Amino acid sequence: MSGPNTSFDPKQVSVLSANAVDGMVREACEAISAAATLAALKEVRIAHAGDRSPLALANREIGALPPAAKAEVGKRVGEARTVVKSALDDRQVSLEVERDERVLAEESVDVTLPAVREAVGGRHPLTTLIERVCDVFVAMGYDIAEGPEVEAEWVNFDALNVPPDHPARTMQDTFYVTSADSGVVLRTQTSPIQIRAMLERPLPIYVVAPGRVFRTDELDATHTPVFHQVEGLAVDENITMADLKGTLDHFAQAMFGEGIVTRLRPSYFPFTEPSAELDVQCFVCRGTSVGNPDQPCRTCGSEGWIEWGGCGMVNPRVLRAVGIDPMRYRGFAFGMGIERTLMFRNGVTDMRDMVEGDIRFTRAFGLES
Amino acid sequence: MRAPVSWLREMVGIPLNEGGRDIAERLVRAGLEVETVEVIGEGVVGTLVIGHVVEIEELTEFKKPIRWCQVDVGPDHGGARGIICGARNFAAGDMVVVALPGTVLPGGFTIAARETYGHTSDGMICSERELGLGDNHDGIMVLPEDVGVIGADAAPIIGVGDEVLDIAVTPDRGYALSMRGIARELAFSYEVEFDDPGVRVVELPAPAAGAVPAECGSEDFGACGLFTIRTVTGFDPSAPSPLWMQRRLVLCGMRPVSLAVDVTNYVMLELGQPLHAFDLDKLSGPVRAGWAKAGSRLETLDHVVRDLGPDDLVILDDSGIIGLAGTMGGLTSEIDDATVTIALEAAHFSSGVVARASRRHRLSTEASRRFERGVDRALAPYASARAAELLIRFGGGIYMGMTAVEAEYRPSRISMPVTEPSDVAGMPIDGSTVVRLLQSVGCEVDESDGRITVDAPSWRPDLTDPADLVEEVVRLMGYDMLPSTLPTSALGHGLSWAQRVRRRVGMALAARGAIEVLTYPFVGDRELDALRLSEDDPGRAKVRLANPLSDEQPLLRASLLPGLCAAARRNIGRGNVDLNIFEIGSVFRGLAGETLVRPSVDHRPTDDEWSRLNDLLPEQPIMVGCVLAGERTPAGWWGASRPFDWSDAVESAQVIAEVLGVELTVARGSDPTFHPGRCAALMIGDAQVGVAGELHPRVIEATELPVRACAMELNLDACRGAAHSVRRAPAVSTHPVAKEDLALVVADSVPASTVMKALRDGAGDLLESIRLFDVYRGSQVTGGHRSLAFALKFRAADRTLDAGEIQRARQAAIDSAARTCGATLR
Repeated sequence: MSGPNTSFDPKQVSVLSANAVDGMVREACEAISAAATLAALKEVRIAHAGDRSPLALANREIGALPPAAKAEVGKRVGEARTVVKSALDDRQVSLEVERDERVLAEESVDVTLPAVREAVGGRHPLTTLIERVCDVFVAMGYDIAEGPEVEAEWVNFDALNVPPDHPARTMQDTFYVTSADSGVVLRTQTSPIQIRAMLERPLPIYVVAPGRVFRTDELDATHTPVFHQVEGLAVDENITMADLKGTLDHFAQAMFGEGIVTRLRPSYFPFTEPSAELDVQCFVCRGTSVGNPDQPCRTCGSEGWIEWGGCGMVNPRVLRAVGIDPMRYRGFAFGMGIERTLMFRNGVTDMRDMVEGDIRFTRAFGLES
Repeated sequence: MRAPVSWLREMVGIPLNEGGRDIAERLVRAGLEVETVEVIGEGVVGTLVIGHVVEIEELTEFKKPIRWCQVDVGPDHGGARGIICGARNFAAGDMVVVALPGTVLPGGFTIAARETYGHTSDGMICSERELGLGDNHDGIMVLPEDVGVIGADAAPIIGVGDEVLDIAVTPDRGYALSMRGIARELAFSYEVEFDDPGVRVVELPAPAAGAVPAECGSEDFGACGLFTIRTVTGFDPSAPSPLWMQRRLVLCGMRPVSLAVDVTNYVMLELGQPLHAFDLDKLSGPVRAGWAKAGSRLETLDHVVRDLGPDDLVILDDSGIIGLAGTMGGLTSEIDDATVTIALEAAHFSSGVVARASRRHRLSTEASRRFERGVDRALAPYASARAAELLIRFGGGIYMGMTAVEAEYRPSRISMPVTEPSDVAGMPIDGSTVVRLLQSVGCEVDESDGRITVDAPSWRPDLTDPADLVEEVVRLMGYDMLPSTLPTSALGHGLSWAQRVRRRVGMALAARGAIEVLTYPFVGDRELDALRLSEDDPGRAKVRLANPLSDEQPLLRASLLPGLCAAARRNIGRGNVDLNIFEIGSVFRGLAGETLVRPSVDHRPTDDEWSRLNDLLPEQPIMVGCVLAGERTPAGWWGASRPFDWSDAVESAQVIAEVLGVELTVARGSDPTFHPGRCAALMIGDAQVGVAGELHPRVIEATELPVRACAMELNLDACRGAAHSVRRAPAVSTHPVAKEDLALVVADSVPASTVMKALRDGAGDLLESIRLFDVYRGSQVTGGHRSLAFALKFRAADRTLDAGEIQRARQAAIDSAARTCGATLR
């Protein structure tokens, strides 16, 4: 670098003349415009804005000028470098945009290609339907009770007011474990869970009890020896049959839609008295198909009602067998078949689909039926 | 119970505009389940007339014998006309049913005068089946001589147009197994008078002078509280049953046999009292009810020889056992076509005794079905009088009188507050309504001081408790009157931990591609042998059913794998070859206890009784299992396929552990069902809780699964017990992480999990995570050894680690692996 030279005439330092500087800028700008790629622009940047570029070299000469000339020349060179830098930056941005557009276009794929390499599985619709039922009752303040599938005959029958020779024991054909007089059976119903709940839980009791039950029916389109029920039990002071009706109405609405109602018909179960069959209003036709042959309903067979389960007031004899004072407490109970519910709710037409485990059937229900 | 509407109308004044469906609806509201309403001869349009066969000409020139008949159908229908008929069970002079041309028969079959077999057949002589009256197609219907005027409308006589209700009678409604009981419900429903035929005194002729009726007795008034015999002699065994009686029996699903048998059946259907007719000439000595002796035998009317014992209540005479009480008579005293003296038994047997016998002998009869459900205790003498009257009216004979023995009968008396029905129902029912409704079912009711005392009628043995009366009141009010209210309700706890565990596991497996199946728990030795389970393997089922559906599968599963393998095979057979199925369910282990306990039901079982009841049961842990076969990832545009292998089975167990927050470790395992070199033991602490890996090739062969099929089974109860339902929050350090990779050479026999544990133990608290990222075997490593490459991350909670600390921790990890596993740094 040259030292200060107070006698130096700037007009005689040709590289700092206005013409020279303008020329450098012009050349730089031309080169910038001509750079077709980011790599070329990088070369241009080095050549016209780098440490050894004409403008950088000219800049160094400023120090050699007399102080009076420095300001003017310095301003000129500074502006020139700013112009060049700005042109470079603009060109950089536009070349990057160009490159991105090209590269991204080149990288484009067919996003409609199948993306799922490992399909999501599925939970059995009976499982998820049971969970749905449980959730409705949990929201009403009920707990979920459970019990063993191999059950003491006393719990499955005797305590439920089904004495040894009662015809009800032959109504449901029972699998006996070991021998017919072992006192151990595959539970024929979820009602023994009621007995366990009443023996093991503090009063008042509000539980629903889902579970797998067993009867000696051969598998066909409408029967299976292994099936599922869900049962509800409420034992409290001042429980009434109207409470049973209201609870079932609420349940039916939660399962089948606003405004759906239930119907009770007198019936018989040993463990409830009074007892009733439970029908739910057809949630598809809501009764409009009855007597209307032009609009038949397949869900309810144009009956307007669908048989859903059984219910009633807990027989005081059952309360006595579990040591609950029937003078002080009353209860209601209800139960329904889950397979049957799935059949009419989800349109399953053959019982075998639910037991054979064909993955095509279950996958269709995903994670909630 | 099949109930013809015409018969019901005869008993009770049902409004004429009410059809079978209307009546059925009334009964359903009252609690009788009407399954079907059948219209008899449905589809018959036009005229059926009574015809008189005047002359028959046999036509023999055809392949089968054909008759050319002249049948008189009365002057209104043109007198005699020629009809071709293929049936042969009638003769000139018989009365028949003729469908005239233009008449439509069931199935839309229109009768027309047509040329056939060389004649113009001008109508049709009808069989039962052609008219839709029954299944009998043995020949045409031959009517009795006195059936009516020739040419009269035959429809009402043979019941065309009648309706039959088929009612499923629940065990508490024995009374509804009779026209009488059903009619009573209808009388209440239609608010009309009911003239109860079950208490109507039948006028019988005075017994013949000096007549000695058969004697009777009961050896046990608890089992047989009432036994009656009526004797009729001089009976004409050839007398036919009247047509109306035969028709009603057919409509009720019974077959007419002979007058004596038909009358007993008819009265049973009418009133509900089973009756039995003996041929008195085949009896010796008094007829009585008593207990059979051990080792005795009886051949019943169905020609089955039955072994009897001291639990069997039987009918005896001096010759021995002549009938199974309340169930079926014996062959030796059966009435036949020569019987002229009839001893008519009408008795009351205890429902329990008959139910037991019916179960023991697998013999359910019209009589046993009624006795099991409870027969009217007072009915026998009325019913047998009705039967005797019918026998005498249609079969002639002389009435010889009745003998009877009877224990004192006291109706069951129930007392309760008159407000009870209202309290239970949750709706207002005033006291006078309660009294009126109970009286309408036949109860005698006394009301005083706010309580009612009720004597149940003899035909309602089911009414024993206040709750039974409440049901009567509420059902007669109508269940549709009940308001819809909600209990003040409970304070619930939400789902239990066990329930949440099952949901979470199911959800996690399904979200990762597995599909849930629910298999039957029944297994057999063949499937267990296929899994190579030895007799003492815990997966070998031990709990046995006394009455399995199939002798091939008499056991209850002790493992989910047999069912899963079967489901897998079924899927593969249907072309679903890429499979990841799982099941969550209970298995049954250990044996059911042997000491029978049967606590009283009059009070809560004692703690001891309750625990002994539970001791009867086998263990029933909840397991989760899966079977994997085929491809996990199919080949696709992304590249090659990836088959399921042993590691996917282990992964599924580890996913379960992960979502439950259980520390599950994997060790080299050994299980007869699994490939000996590809079997992982799933451990919680020192306890094995499951197994996973590739199935043994012999198992794959025997279960017909694809090669390299894999499986996993895990005890979910054990996992649940080890899991924390409330998890602790971690300390998340914001200080920088230090990453260190290292490769260790170890002998092949050292499991990776052991090396990893040694590194973890050695590295100490600064180790944040460790991951095995490569396994190398080859020229760079000594034979019988492999190189395991690990990525370690170190981080401190409170500071940035310096190089020295990191180096020391790394070295400590390596030293630990060297010490424990003989590992050398590569």
